[in-house]
Amino acid sequence: MNSLKVQNRVSITDNANEFLQQLIKKHGPDLIFHQSGGCCDGSAPMLLKRSEIYLDNNDVSLGYVGGIEFYMHKDQYEYWKYTHITIDITKGRGSSFSLEIPEGYRFIIHSKLLDEN
Amino acid sequence: MAYVKLSFKDRYENFINGQFTAPVSDQYFENFSPVDGSFIAKYPSSEAEDIDLAVEAANKVKDAWGKTSVTERSALLNKVADILQENLEEFAIMETCDNGKPIRETLAADIPLAIDHWRYFASVIRAQEGSATELDANTLSLVIKEPLGVVGQIIPWNFPLLMLSWKLAPALAAGNCVVLKPAEQTPCTATLFAEKIGNLFPNGVINIVHGFGPQAGKPLASHSGINKIAFTGETTTGQLIMQYASKNINPITVELGGKSPNIFFESVMSGGDAFVDKCMEGATFFGLNQGEVCTCPSRLLIQESIYNEFIEKMIVRTQAIVQGSPYDQNTMIGAQASNDQYEKILSYIEIGKKEGAEVLTGGNAKKFDDELANGYYIEPTILKGNNKMRIFQEEIFGPVVCVTTFKDEEEALEIANETLYGLGAGVWTRDAHQAYTVPRAIKAGRVWVNCYHAYPAHAPFGGYKKSGFGRETHLMMLAHYQQNKNILISYDKNKLGFF
Repeated sequence: MNSLKVQNRVSITDNANEFLQQLIKKHGPDLIFHQSGGCCDGSAPMLLKRSEIYLDNNDVSLGYVGGIEFYMHKDQYEYWKYTHITIDITKGRGSSFSLEIPEGYRFIIHSKLLDEN
Repeated sequence: MAYVKLSFKDRYENFINGQFTAPVSDQYFENFSPVDGSFIAKYPSSEAEDIDLAVEAANKVKDAWGKTSVTERSALLNKVADILQENLEEFAIMETCDNGKPIRETLAADIPLAIDHWRYFASVIRAQEGSATELDANTLSLVIKEPLGVVGQIIPWNFPLLMLSWKLAPALAAGNCVVLKPAEQTPCTATLFAEKIGNLFPNGVINIVHGFGPQAGKPLASHSGINKIAFTGETTTGQLIMQYASKNINPITVELGGKSPNIFFESVMSGGDAFVDKCMEGATFFGLNQGEVCTCPSRLLIQESIYNEFIEKMIVRTQAIVQGSPYDQNTMIGAQASNDQYEKILSYIEIGKKEGAEVLTGGNAKKFDDELANGYYIEPTILKGNNKMRIFQEEIFGPVVCVTTFKDEEEALEIANETLYGLGAGVWTRDAHQAYTVPRAIKAGRVWVNCYHAYPAHAPFGGYKKSGFGRETHLMMLAHYQQNKNILISYDKNKLGFF
């Protein structure tokens, strides 16, 4: 795999990280986040086993949070390249195949423009 | 008139092989109403073993069901329509409770559209024909439509019974057996559907299995015992579904949403007649179903020359949207379907503000201090910005419209097509030339001209680009649930002469 890597574009809140670490204990450390687009539960990050999703040079890595690499499709990244992302967690019943769904929580993102620190 | 929440049993089961069946693990999840946060009931938290049972039941009956006549299947589909019609109000109230959408929508749109969908496929399957082509004087090519066998379907939570009908009706009409997983946010009306139709169909033809995506959705999509998977949702899961299908070399259809432009050209304001009023409604349709529609007209493009006049009227129209109890017939916009949607929408409004978008109206959560205090309500919101902003590029799936202006037709098209998606679009004009050339130039599967948010059966619906592929709500969908058997017959008594 030969995907573009940019660093330090993503961080995670303490609450979300604490929850992420529990999921790592349950599912193993080889997980990734993949930002989804489109309708319904899109526009939110999905936590998946790395072996679950085919990643290639169409995906851009935005860095690591809590030991987990964060990817999005390069087409989406075009609109996100001036954005810093913070992963947070909220109670909720999302659908999708993201690993936190059965726990009754959902990862969401907050973001800021890179030039506002 | 106001309706009230129905009473529910404490818990419900999967519908497998014609029986209500407890999940193998005996695990259930709690379902809450977004209207007021109240508990509804428990539904099965199914896993791979439950999917196995359903796929097995479907496979057992697929040959017999696939051989039934179209007359018989058509009659059954019409009976489903009759049953939904007889219970329209119960389905509507339950949908409002489970999803949060206003009762006037479920009574007037969700359930009636679902009913018509069953009738449409009941009729169109009887009109469908294969073909017979005489390739030369002695050679006949016959094309016979055959069902695929067992179909897996994963449906979304924004129109639960309607999406169930969009998926089930064509699959059954074509002679397939189905294993369907409703969205975990909205399991209610799929279960009521199973209760009402009971054993109308042979056991195993329709199976409904509840549960979470990673635990039940994945085992269904990747099951080697299915012959096709259909999915409506978002792009990452769409990719996963396609991967699973590739392993089993299965066909798929996916509908993955959009970021639909709604374009108003200057001629619309020139008449001072009823059409101006229709345009205002068309622009305000971003609030329909709380914006939780795959084709939500969430990008509003207004020609510069009419912008001030147009937006002034539209702000007034948006502020007149009645927000309140979804059970009240006067309510126009209800609750977002879940807390995570609610949080996501608020987060996107913040993203928009940080990107420099101007809030023209709304922009906040809507707080109630009565029985709705624990529901998920957001003010209808208009943000002004430009098409490069993330709020113009990512589907917020809430009552939030992002408005920008364009100089001329060329710029309108450039903005409209500058998106990863291509599901829906709206074009509003009094210019007959524009009414044809602009829709042709927009890269989207459905372009509404001088209307929006109409979803009649008999008009195909589906995406270009990252919005997916497949065409639902039309006889074209039958082809997505059918094999083509070619029988090539020679009537020539003489050999070819090679051997």
